[in-house]
Amino acid sequence: MVILIAVISLGAIGAIGALFLYFASKKFEVYEDPRIAQVQEILPAANCGGCGFPGCSGFANACVKAGTLEGLYCPVGGTDVMNKVAAVLGKEVATAEPMVAVVRCNGTCEARPKINNYDGTANCAMASALYGGNTGCSFGCLGFGDCVSACNFDAIHINPLTGLPEVIEDKCTACGACVKACPKTIIELRKIGPKSRRIFVSCVNKDKGGIAKKACNSACIGCGKCVKECKFDAITLENNLAYIDYTKCRLCRKCSIVCPTGAILEINLPPRKEAVAEAVVKTEENKETTN
Amino acid sequence: MLKTFRIGGIHPPENKLSSGKKITLLPVPKQVVIPLNQHIGAPAIAVVKKGDDVKVGTLLGKAGGFVSANIHSSVSGKVNKIDNALDSSGYRRPAVYIDVEGDEWEESIDRSNTILKECTLSSKEIIDKITEAGIVGLGGATFPTQVKLMPPPGNKAEILLINAAECEPYLTADHTLMLEKGEEVLIGISILMKAIQVNKAIVGIENNKKDAIVHLQKLSVNFPGIEVLPLKVQYPQGGEKQLIDAILRRQVKSGALPISVGAVVQNIGTSYAVYEAVQKNKPLIERVVTVTGKAVSNPSNLSVRIGTPISHLIEAAGGLPEDIGKIIGGGPMMGKALINTEIPVIKGTSGILLMTRKESERKPVYNCIRCAKCVNVCPMGLQPTQLMTVTEFSNWDLAEKLHITDCVECGSCSYTCPSNRPLLDHIRLGKGKVLGIVRSRKT
Repeated sequence: MVILIAVISLGAIGAIGALFLYFASKKFEVYEDPRIAQVQEILPAANCGGCGFPGCSGFANACVKAGTLEGLYCPVGGTDVMNKVAAVLGKEVATAEPMVAVVRCNGTCEARPKINNYDGTANCAMASALYGGNTGCSFGCLGFGDCVSACNFDAIHINPLTGLPEVIEDKCTACGACVKACPKTIIELRKIGPKSRRIFVSCVNKDKGGIAKKACNSACIGCGKCVKECKFDAITLENNLAYIDYTKCRLCRKCSIVCPTGAILEINLPPRKEAVAEAVVKTEENKETTN
Repeated sequence: MLKTFRIGGIHPPENKLSSGKKITLLPVPKQVVIPLNQHIGAPAIAVVKKGDDVKVGTLLGKAGGFVSANIHSSVSGKVNKIDNALDSSGYRRPAVYIDVEGDEWEESIDRSNTILKECTLSSKEIIDKITEAGIVGLGGATFPTQVKLMPPPGNKAEILLINAAECEPYLTADHTLMLEKGEEVLIGISILMKAIQVNKAIVGIENNKKDAIVHLQKLSVNFPGIEVLPLKVQYPQGGEKQLIDAILRRQVKSGALPISVGAVVQNIGTSYAVYEAVQKNKPLIERVVTVTGKAVSNPSNLSVRIGTPISHLIEAAGGLPEDIGKIIGGGPMMGKALINTEIPVIKGTSGILLMTRKESERKPVYNCIRCAKCVNVCPMGLQPTQLMTVTEFSNWDLAEKLHITDCVECGSCSYTCPSNRPLLDHIRLGKGKVLGIVRSRKT
């Protein structure tokens, strides 16, 4: 008998509660577009923030709400993922050039000797808040690896021989976390380029040539030779520093040959044919003699 | 019982090695480098060009904004170039290079030793003269003095506080100045009182400078309204908010200026500079610098022209010790390590401290043991250990709520930590980030 009362009363309480919850859920229902979940499923779930939104769900929400997919791009998933997202939403495909992070400092241990010791916390942001750095170059890489700890994809590491960060191209998703983490703004996102080939000025030193050269053997000294050599108007010289515009560069490799300090780096380009190199040297000599 | 501030504070070994040493005049170097940004705020704009002849006191740079200061030549000679020069932190900033020829002064400057007590100028005229002379806070913060003397509308100054605490260990520049230029300093204070229209000023001096207290108390009899108050030795008593609390028992609210409690705080060195500017028409072109350290053979107080390379100062104090580890600009608590010895003396250089390798080495860092010593000593009532953690995790919202921007960077927390944790390094980073966020929110 007692047990029956307990069963009935508990059952009644349960029923009332269920009824209340049912009506409450109807009354206070928040409608969520089911497509958000669908889109989120497609996204890589890296939650890196590379798209500019707080995580993948934020990006999915933005994709669904936006009129077109223009300006929305998942750097991790790339064009494949964006195609799928576009298919689910029935919108135009957004295309963006695949990018990759490049480190614009070539001041290796040999090229850029240390002039003082830093014994504080091994952290780039902290060191740069205190002073210019332990070499003569106050623009260059500090080498404590804030970019390494910012990377979610294990795509950037400090090379112990050079003391500089190196990007592993296959792993880099161009999310831009390292770009934001670097207090010296050395890292830049650039177009991967045809067959992953690219050319860039690996220096951010804005000091005058003499000072820059004294601090670092491979610094850009702002001589402007590359600017003169470039036929495509891709190189600009500002504040004693050359910059190659990757949208204009045609990878003709003429700039890197004339650079006196080797500050212009070629990535993934085949070794120069000696004949070509010699020819270039010869034309150089000819020029000099005719001058 | 002597007064001091009520929250936190530490008492590091005083090590005032150079106290009692007379101020020595350092010879003028062959070339000076005068940076155009020696103060907080906008850099000055150069008004001379290459090849110009300048005299001592010639204007080199005009203030580049409201919070800025004029820069004057400290030597006579020819402008060699206007170019970027290394500053103490290793960045290159615009500076004027002058090759020294002779020692010719501007005619308007009174170079006699007579003490001029009478000042008949009005408040506005005094402030104009101070602005003209490019005077900044000489305690080390280098905030333009005239800005402090013009309170924002709605605020009225009630009292002038003079910071002569010199709470930093090692430094004795202010102490020596009080002993040798006591009368001039007091005239400077009465001029400042006139500028902000108050009739009371209190000079706070820490009790480890008894001779200076006695000397100034004796002289202050002739100066109505100026009181000399001995304070208990406690770091960082020289901080504005700490000094106000110590003397007036008033707390400045978070984010507010000292003027909100009716106080204007000036350094004792600044009041001497004000005396020279107003009574002698002499702009801020030289200052007293303490060169000291346990391994220094002759710790001294030097009167140095702005722009002199610090290697000259070190030479005058007996040269670099053999096992030098760090050269610090300022005192051991708030000073910063300099990157080389060719950096010029600027308006804010109160001392050069040479530390041996053994003294300057950082000790190994251990885990936080939650002893809360840092919380006890923080003079701003913050929780340094928590601020360090939130900075490590980049939690800027929480950092702002915990008032990270109130930190005065005195370094008491790092000094006291038994685990040698670099608390201040982290807090300084977090403070910078949060200030950036707050600024971007406003615009």
